[in-house]
Amino acid sequence: MKRDRVKTVFRYECIIVALFLLFFVLVIVNINSGTVSIPAKEIIRIILLRIRDESVESNIIWKIRLPRILLAAILGGALSVSGFLLQTFFRNPIAGPFVLGISSGAKMAVGFVMIIALQYWKSVPSSVMVAAAFVGSLLVMGMVLLFSQRIGSMSMLLVIGIMVSYICSAITDFFITFAKETDVANLTSWSMGSFSGASWSNVKFSAVLCLFGLVAAFLLSKPIGAYQLGEGYAQSMGINIKAFRVALILLSSLLSACVTAFAGPISFVGIAVPHITKMLMKTSKPAWIIPVSYLCGSVFCLFCDLISRTAFAPTEMAIGTVTSIFGAPVVIWLMIKRKKNA
Amino acid sequence: MYFRTEDLAVGYHKKALIHDINIAIEKGKILTLIGPNGSGKSTILKTVIKQLPKIRGKIYIDGVDLDEMTNHQLAQQVAVVLTDRIRTELMTCGEVVATGRYPYTNRLGKLTRRDHEIVQESLRRVHGEELEDQDFSAISDGQRQRIMLARAICQQPQMIILDEPTAFLDIRHKIELLDILREMAQEKGITVIMSLHEIDLATKISDYVCCVKGEVISKCGPPDEIFDDQTINSLYEVSHGSYNMLMGSVELTKPEGSPKVFVVAGDGSGIPCYRALQKKEIPFATGLLYENDVDYQVAKELSDRVVSTPAFAPVEEERLRQGESLIREASLVIDAGAWEERGNAYNRQLLRVAREADIPVIRDYPAWLKDGQHSIEAAAKAAERR
Repeated sequence: MKRDRVKTVFRYECIIVALFLLFFVLVIVNINSGTVSIPAKEIIRIILLRIRDESVESNIIWKIRLPRILLAAILGGALSVSGFLLQTFFRNPIAGPFVLGISSGAKMAVGFVMIIALQYWKSVPSSVMVAAAFVGSLLVMGMVLLFSQRIGSMSMLLVIGIMVSYICSAITDFFITFAKETDVANLTSWSMGSFSGASWSNVKFSAVLCLFGLVAAFLLSKPIGAYQLGEGYAQSMGINIKAFRVALILLSSLLSACVTAFAGPISFVGIAVPHITKMLMKTSKPAWIIPVSYLCGSVFCLFCDLISRTAFAPTEMAIGTVTSIFGAPVVIWLMIKRKKNA
Repeated sequence: MYFRTEDLAVGYHKKALIHDINIAIEKGKILTLIGPNGSGKSTILKTVIKQLPKIRGKIYIDGVDLDEMTNHQLAQQVAVVLTDRIRTELMTCGEVVATGRYPYTNRLGKLTRRDHEIVQESLRRVHGEELEDQDFSAISDGQRQRIMLARAICQQPQMIILDEPTAFLDIRHKIELLDILREMAQEKGITVIMSLHEIDLATKISDYVCCVKGEVISKCGPPDEIFDDQTINSLYEVSHGSYNMLMGSVELTKPEGSPKVFVVAGDGSGIPCYRALQKKEIPFATGLLYENDVDYQVAKELSDRVVSTPAFAPVEEERLRQGESLIREASLVIDAGAWEERGNAYNRQLLRVAREADIPVIRDYPAWLKDGQHSIEAAAKAAERR
């Protein structure tokens, strides 16, 4: 028995190391690819020696590619953990910020703030964007929760999420109808979802929020594990269910709000990545799944961002397009697998 | 008293469903709540484990008021086995059992070596060692229930509360599960409170039984003190069929009408014959039974015409006459236990009466049935036509 446990942990460690390797490979490939090609030697020189001499190469690397890569890594992980928390909370394998309409809620709030605020300010500070997205997320989450308590069936929950997200999109469209043309362009490109707007301040801000979210989720991994057996059992083990649920909602909303504020709504990462992670690890223990799915989400988004930038270069695809192409099949596969088990 | 309630009222939405619940049991005893579906057994249990707010009254566990206990303290005292169907993902049975260690592990839930030992021991208790590495979602209902019990044991509680633990289980697994509970109560002094559907099992396993019906607990106490056939039949509103306390058995509705068949029985020989007649809805009379005979217990549930006589006393002449007159009215007589060849003088007397009255007699019912060509229904019909 004991040897088995050691073996399992060793397996986990191998997977983590492999993911880290993949992560670094993707970072390097990402830096190295783009419309302006920069020789590898030059890249290493610029990064290692921290050359910021306002040359084209240095600017591209320091001001465009590096922040974008970091943002993709940070937000991809955040989406995955948010998805994992939501799946645990709703006991629904395909719950995620996008499916439940939380991303749309955030988008609606950000759209509203963008259009209103741009009439008074030149640009919207990122803290305001995040705050708006957070409020929008919580709003939708509240609505979904309200309905889900009355229904309690898995498929209905998703129907509600999708309906709520339609409502939010309608309201967003309503704002757009009455917005100035320049704002519309802004909003549309943002709402397609992209990591292209990354700046160092965005990176720092989101890094702080997401790190906080990740650590908090990790610290909750014990009650999350108990919650997997259902509310009744969780409570019997001494968990304060109400407080725990609130914490779970706030955390998952914060994480997905952060993503929506900086990169727009990104679909399927939240659903697909936690499942890929569980499948890789062959466990659902939250203490492992939370950090590893963060890492896995980072890798997934780096990969998707790479494709969105390079597949049809110089034209860039929306990140949501790529994540859907790779994420949606995972969801289909999940449904088939569940059918088989049931 | 380890567990005690004081004028407890339970219910939903601040409305009391059952009130004035006063239960008290000592450590290491088993208390079973019985009552029909929807009577509120689960409501009481859920209130005791704080999953439902109580309406009024007090609950004491080991002398401490439940209101003054934190969830964590309660979790170290009380473990539960609920009716919730749980869906796990990629969790082995061992991992499910290990969740019972929750109240004892550190902030991140890391299991120590001691914890792993307790998991093993709990699995052994329920004879589930071989299940440890199997996926919880892929095992049978019976195994699942045993694993959930192991999980509760793993929590090292003073008390285990189980809501209908035997639902969905077949008879073998029911017995197995209850045996384990008995063992835990006896050896480890764990107090058990549960709800059960099976009255027969409840009376056998429990130290105390509480009948939940209507707005109050109608009866509560050791099973042999509070139970008679009437209590149970009225508790479950059994109007068809009956429950026999002494035998712990349930009989189906007795056939109506004047008896066409007379069964000469005794010494347990009559029961298979009675049941066969009941199944075909053929009303029957039977005799001559001593009242300490097992046949008598079943016969009185299935027939209105039972000729019986008190045990350990000479048979009253009057009873014998009664039997003789009933047998003359019958169109078929069944000798359920080969009484013609055996001792009992009274049964031989009855059979002689039948022969004298020229009534067909099935001699030695078990042998008659064994050759496979006869059916009791056909025989009864043929006899009636005669």
